[in-house]
Amino acid sequence: MDENKAKTDYEIGQDNITPFGLDIHNPVFLISGISIITFVIVTLMFQQGSAEFFAWLRPTITSNFDWLFLSAGNLFVIFALVVCFSPLGRVRLGGQDATPDFGYVGWFSMLFAAGMGIGLMFFGVSEPMSHFASSMGGTAMENGVRTDWAPLGAAAGDIEAARDLAMAATIYHWGLHPWAMYAVVGLGLAFFSFNHKLPLTLRSVFYPLLGERVWGWWGHAIDTIAVFATLFGLATSLGFGTQQALAGFNFLYGWGTGGVAIVLLIAVITAVAIASVIRGLDGGVKVLSELNMGLALLLLAFVFIAGPTGDIVSTIISGAGAYAAEFIPLSMPFGREDTNFSQGWTAFYWAWWISWSPFVGMFIARVSRGRSVREFIICVILVPTVLCILWMATFGGTALSQVIADASAPVGAAAQEIKLFHMLDGFPLSGLLSLVGIVLVLVFFITSSDSGSLVIDTITAGGKTDAPVSQRVFWCVFEGLAAAVLLLVGGAEALGALQAMAVSTGLPFTLVLLAMCVSLWIGLSRAAKEL
Amino acid sequence: MFKKIMVPVDLAHAATVEKAIQVAADLGKLHNAEIFLVGVTDTAPGSVAHDPAEYRQKLEQFAADHSSRHGCTMTPKVVICNDPAAELDQALEDYGKEINVDLVVMASHLPGFMDHLFHSRAGHLVTHTDISVFIVR
Repeated sequence: MDENKAKTDYEIGQDNITPFGLDIHNPVFLISGISIITFVIVTLMFQQGSAEFFAWLRPTITSNFDWLFLSAGNLFVIFALVVCFSPLGRVRLGGQDATPDFGYVGWFSMLFAAGMGIGLMFFGVSEPMSHFASSMGGTAMENGVRTDWAPLGAAAGDIEAARDLAMAATIYHWGLHPWAMYAVVGLGLAFFSFNHKLPLTLRSVFYPLLGERVWGWWGHAIDTIAVFATLFGLATSLGFGTQQALAGFNFLYGWGTGGVAIVLLIAVITAVAIASVIRGLDGGVKVLSELNMGLALLLLAFVFIAGPTGDIVSTIISGAGAYAAEFIPLSMPFGREDTNFSQGWTAFYWAWWISWSPFVGMFIARVSRGRSVREFIICVILVPTVLCILWMATFGGTALSQVIADASAPVGAAAQEIKLFHMLDGFPLSGLLSLVGIVLVLVFFITSSDSGSLVIDTITAGGKTDAPVSQRVFWCVFEGLAAAVLLLVGGAEALGALQAMAVSTGLPFTLVLLAMCVSLWIGLSRAAKEL
Repeated sequence: MFKKIMVPVDLAHAATVEKAIQVAADLGKLHNAEIFLVGVTDTAPGSVAHDPAEYRQKLEQFAADHSSRHGCTMTPKVVICNDPAAELDQALEDYGKEINVDLVVMASHLPGFMDHLFHSRAGHLVTHTDISVFIVR
């Protein structure tokens, strides 16, 4: 049973200190905490300068390193599928006789809710519409460079082709690639933690490559960037989600969207997330994730049945077909002519997903002990991809049908954050549906916020999963405060700065993920030989 | 009067339960009761053990040492739950009910600031079960 155990003398928690009854890693906790506070203060003190800096940083990263993001993304998909269907897939996380800690429903709900739930609410309607509009517009050139934002060669004026291209591009951004990124990190953490008995933190994955050095500054650096990426990613999403929910309430009931509303809403979300982490994985996080999943599937089923069902079915089929057909052209890292799309959309998405991967991967790892590697990859990559196809085709397909039938349909002109509510406006019981939509946005946030706090707490406690609950509460409050302060003082621009910061962590993490694949391959091959 | 006595054991802070185990041993002899040393763990590697099997081994050793020291049999019991930091109270309550414990002897700490935010372990058992609770300080 212990033949895989890493031969290290490192004791989990040996670098921890215990001030005020806490149990925190020295120095990861302090460095992360202090630098996050410093970042928020500096961004707010020098708003003009930081806005300019980040407005420069984000496109610079995505346009100079688009080839790296796209190539790496493809590699992760290939890596995951090869591992899944090779003999390596037979290795079981936690040893061959381990049994799963969670049942299928709870497990899948948790990994899905943490991974992308909220984005589906925000982009499910708006992204297909953006690609559809830009594809219909055709290509535009200026000095030999494409200035349009359409994917691939666009589809000027051809409604059917534009619809397929829009669905293919959207599914591409939400399908195999992002989930493969999550799967690589999740599998790496779960394998090195449960099979090699190393602490459940990012640095452990590098033990085969760096040896004992992972317990020193190399490891501190990896863990600190992971905390950074997680907290900034969560705070950004919390901020954007707050805006979407407020816009929804404003649309439905005419409620205000000012400072008081922002603070109240963030406070409510944070309070529920705190209650959830105090109740723990089974009593809080899992219950909320299942509730969430149930509500989301209900909404999906209702839109499917009450909406243009025929159009939706054909969008599912032709969308999935177009995804398969355009998979390789969309994945090409070099020689792209549609640079606005491949850099501004795809590379940006990849950087964003990768910056989320430490958080989502770590959370998925925590709940996946007892699953075989094959089962893990199928459930973390293939099932969510199918669900994303259904979701995007149902919500995006309905909205597309609305604008194709009537070019002046309100969903077309609406601002991005309220497109969902305008789309639902044409439905029976639209008031109730929109309310369900807002509730889903909020609950998806809560489930990201509580699982994120668990993850940050575990990393900053040196991989201990049983550190005092007050530490999770601290990180939960910290996230809420960062989002509220940034939104109140700096508005959407400050959020943009934060997002740019999160995305920029995607660049070093791309390299981290690539190294993780090597490490994981070495470890899994050894384990598979001993089966 | 008592038939089954449960002593929750935190192997990470083993020294803090010594007094509670002494009390349980004395009461056990007086009432001719069985004594269970219950340890709660999750499946992730931690500071005490790297997996549940290693944890079980350590708890068995701990129980054997204390059985011979106090001259009575103490049975080790490992309870696995997914999130001990948050779900320990519930896990102890469930297990206590499952094996029909009628007395819990547990170590406690001096009340501090955090107790205003989070109730104590013993407090949970007192308010949620009809088991007698003996808190040793």
